[in-house]
Amino acid sequence: MDSNNNITRRDFLKTMGAAGLAAGLASCSSGNGSRSSASSVLPEGDMTYRTNPKTGDKVSILGFGMMRLPTVGGKSAREGNEEIDQEMVNMMVDYALEHGVNYFDTSPAYCQGLSERSTGIALGRHPRDSYFIATKLSNFASSTWSREASVAMYHNSMKELGVDYIDYLLLHAIGQGGMQNLHDRYLDNGILDFLLKEREAGRIRNLGFSYHGDVKVFDYLLSMHDTYKWDFVQIQMNYLDWRFAKQINERNTNAEYLYNELAKRDIPVVIMEPLLGGRLSNVPDNVVRQFKQREPENSVASWAFRFAGSFPHVLTVLSGMTRMEHLQDNLHTYSPLKPLSEDEFSFLQDTASLMMQFNTIPCNDCKYCMPCPYGIDIPGVLLHYNKCLNEGNIPASSQSENYRKARRAFLIGYDRSVPRLRQADHCIGCNQCSPHCPQGIDIPKEMQKIDAFVEKLKQGTL
Amino acid sequence: MLRTIRRALALIFFIAVTLLFLDFTGTLHSWLGWMAKIQFLPAVLALNAAVILVLVLLTLIFGRVYCSVICPLGVFQDIVAHINSRRSRKAAMRYTWSPARNILRYGMLVLFLAAMIAGVGTLVALLDPYASYGRMVSNLLAPLWQWGNNLLAYIAEQAGSYAFYSVDVWMKSLPTFIIAAATFIVIAVLAWKNGRTYCNTVCPVGTVLGFLSRFSLFRIVIDAGKCKECGLCSRQCKASCIDYKNHKVDHSRCVTCFDCLGTCSHGALRYEFRFRSAGDKTPATADTSRRTFLAVAAMTTVSAAMKAQEKKVDGGLAVIEDKKIPDRLTRIVPAGAVSLRNFQSHCTACQLCVSVCPNQVLRPSTGLMHLMMPEMSYERGYCRPECTRCADVCPAGAILPITVAEKSSVRIGHAVWISDNCVPLTDGQECGNCARHCPTGAIQMIPSVPSDPASLKIPAINTERCIGCGACENLCPARPFSAIYVEGHLTHSEM
Repeated sequence: MDSNNNITRRDFLKTMGAAGLAAGLASCSSGNGSRSSASSVLPEGDMTYRTNPKTGDKVSILGFGMMRLPTVGGKSAREGNEEIDQEMVNMMVDYALEHGVNYFDTSPAYCQGLSERSTGIALGRHPRDSYFIATKLSNFASSTWSREASVAMYHNSMKELGVDYIDYLLLHAIGQGGMQNLHDRYLDNGILDFLLKEREAGRIRNLGFSYHGDVKVFDYLLSMHDTYKWDFVQIQMNYLDWRFAKQINERNTNAEYLYNELAKRDIPVVIMEPLLGGRLSNVPDNVVRQFKQREPENSVASWAFRFAGSFPHVLTVLSGMTRMEHLQDNLHTYSPLKPLSEDEFSFLQDTASLMMQFNTIPCNDCKYCMPCPYGIDIPGVLLHYNKCLNEGNIPASSQSENYRKARRAFLIGYDRSVPRLRQADHCIGCNQCSPHCPQGIDIPKEMQKIDAFVEKLKQGTL
Repeated sequence: MLRTIRRALALIFFIAVTLLFLDFTGTLHSWLGWMAKIQFLPAVLALNAAVILVLVLLTLIFGRVYCSVICPLGVFQDIVAHINSRRSRKAAMRYTWSPARNILRYGMLVLFLAAMIAGVGTLVALLDPYASYGRMVSNLLAPLWQWGNNLLAYIAEQAGSYAFYSVDVWMKSLPTFIIAAATFIVIAVLAWKNGRTYCNTVCPVGTVLGFLSRFSLFRIVIDAGKCKECGLCSRQCKASCIDYKNHKVDHSRCVTCFDCLGTCSHGALRYEFRFRSAGDKTPATADTSRRTFLAVAAMTTVSAAMKAQEKKVDGGLAVIEDKKIPDRLTRIVPAGAVSLRNFQSHCTACQLCVSVCPNQVLRPSTGLMHLMMPEMSYERGYCRPECTRCADVCPAGAILPITVAEKSSVRIGHAVWISDNCVPLTDGQECGNCARHCPTGAIQMIPSVPSDPASLKIPAINTERCIGCGACENLCPARPFSAIYVEGHLTHSEM
């Protein structure tokens, strides 16, 4: 399918609504040469909004993902076992609302099950009509497949969030486990019918699903669009997955196909993983150079956000922001959004091809695989490997030019980022993790590959 | 002048030997490793004839310079004593002449030789001055050094540098720590009060060298004609060996520190040659050993249940229970030790190998007959195939030098399987981590149900190929006790 005609629509301006430009504000910065701070820190204008065709909601193009909330130690709440830093969450939510963000996406599964409560606390301090809440029916465990357990999970979400209606409710991660899993979780137990009734009753304002994995499930649900009337669908989309998703992993489907299928039916699209869990901000040095040459003052991440936001049917782009700096950078990118030009679009496609030459493992650090029952820090190991790959610290052989330096960086960095007991050599290959991976990584295989590499480095037999 | 040279050399040796125990990276050993090998008792135990000969000749020519320069425990005492002397003139003049306590020192020597012959390694280790010092550094100073290193590593990490890496600081053996601390206190107190008391009453090396130095070619003498019997020299002699009233110096106790030379304002003290040669004698070494004991250490462990939990939420890390030391019938000692008997009759428990082991395998034993002597255990790491550090550094011949290739074919023990702990049987999960990491391919995975080839696989150990490195034990997911562990061999063998 030729999709080029779908991309560079200038007509997205139409969908922006009235809130758009406010150009006058942009002249705030002083005009006399020297500046006290970089302009890239603060938003220059107003947030770009998209309109939900059904409800007329004006949704900010930046959506706040509540999956990587900060902890008191400053890390993301899914690492380690530290408490969520509620004060910081409140501060970031206030800041986001103040700067026009009004879409907040959470789930009963996030942050070891604590994200909804934290989100509820932070948002409860603001008028209910000043934001939209998205949450999911995350009935992954087979013990929650019964109608009663799933309904209880749905009601518990409302209780945790402290709300009596949900703006956007999603069937969570449809496609993992194929059609059978869809039947088990939503169809055979009558939960989908239940949710449709809840929508009729007004307790769910918009009903949609998030999709990973088996494209048959995606196609099936869209084919039933006339029955279910999906109000929105959430997909993984970024300039790498646009055309390379399938190449990265046989099981996955290119975002180009997914987006066009939805656009064809005028279903609003919510974007997840616009940054691939940070992988698109932490890119190889030569790629950084290319980005900076074009836009020296803008972050590497801003390219990924502009890519996702440039598509007219995109309702909002979710970003799991752990730190205030992430939020500020994203606000800067989206206030207002400067859509990609044709030239920039093809430049990103070239960049994606370039990045495909690096053999990075497609881990987004979503931590769905965790906790590993045998204690392995799976994303920690994979991300360390990717990091070294990006930094050129994976020597091909002991004859490589930078072998000694790379060996030291890899081994010392390995012990620093992952405690020894949680490293790849302790993976027993039970494979309980892989079915949970939205990217379909064969985790034990990657673990054994990395372990073998480490052994060679340690023994000096590379 | 002589005193300055002595002090400079002593400081160099002292710092270098101390660094040997502190440097966990192993880089210094290629430069300074010889400094451990010229220590007297280790050289005797290693039957290192060249070193013994040089040390004996050194003593026969110059007196006990070994005790003042090479022995780190001697220099340590000098430093402690010196600090006290710096406090006041009175403190600097605190020593007095005392007669030699021959019964005590020769009694200690006899006891020591008897212990060596009887194979009571613990007593030998307890009395070796170099080993005592090694234990003090590795137990008391090394943790501080490592914490300092970890701070630097933390800073380096923040700066994105790989110049430093962090190391685990852990209590390797409580009894050894207590003995090291007690030794430190006793020796420091003795040195603070009376200088070289330890060297001239307890230390067997001091006694042997003292016996030789009676006949040394160069010696301190008092010129009776010039002596005004003021007693200044006696009061500043940390070895208490100058009897100024009778114008005599007890050369068996004099450690040739040259401190006295500068104290005499009448020029009555001289370090001079005497025209008489001496007989020589080297102490014999003995070689016997004992049966082994069960070494069961009670290491405290924080334990928490680790159970494969059904995934409902994302993230988090499962708690990992610490491994516990299994009951080994025979303890494991490194390749190069040849046999437990050889090991035990040579080891002085100086902790040098424990200090340099990068894999946290070696730790001091807690068994009574081999207290403080290193043994291997695999709770925190395993004996890596590329590493021969312990064999490289051992000065006493307890762990003989070995190459990486040789090591990979020396069987120091063999793996034993415990079906009750094996994860495929307990958790119903596929595993095979032991087989995957066995460096010699001694483990195969076979169906747990013989009639069903598709059943979960369990390990089958070919003990003929097992070298006892402990990779399987360390990497076994079963906790706190591994499903596969290593039994030591009394005598190592070549594959």
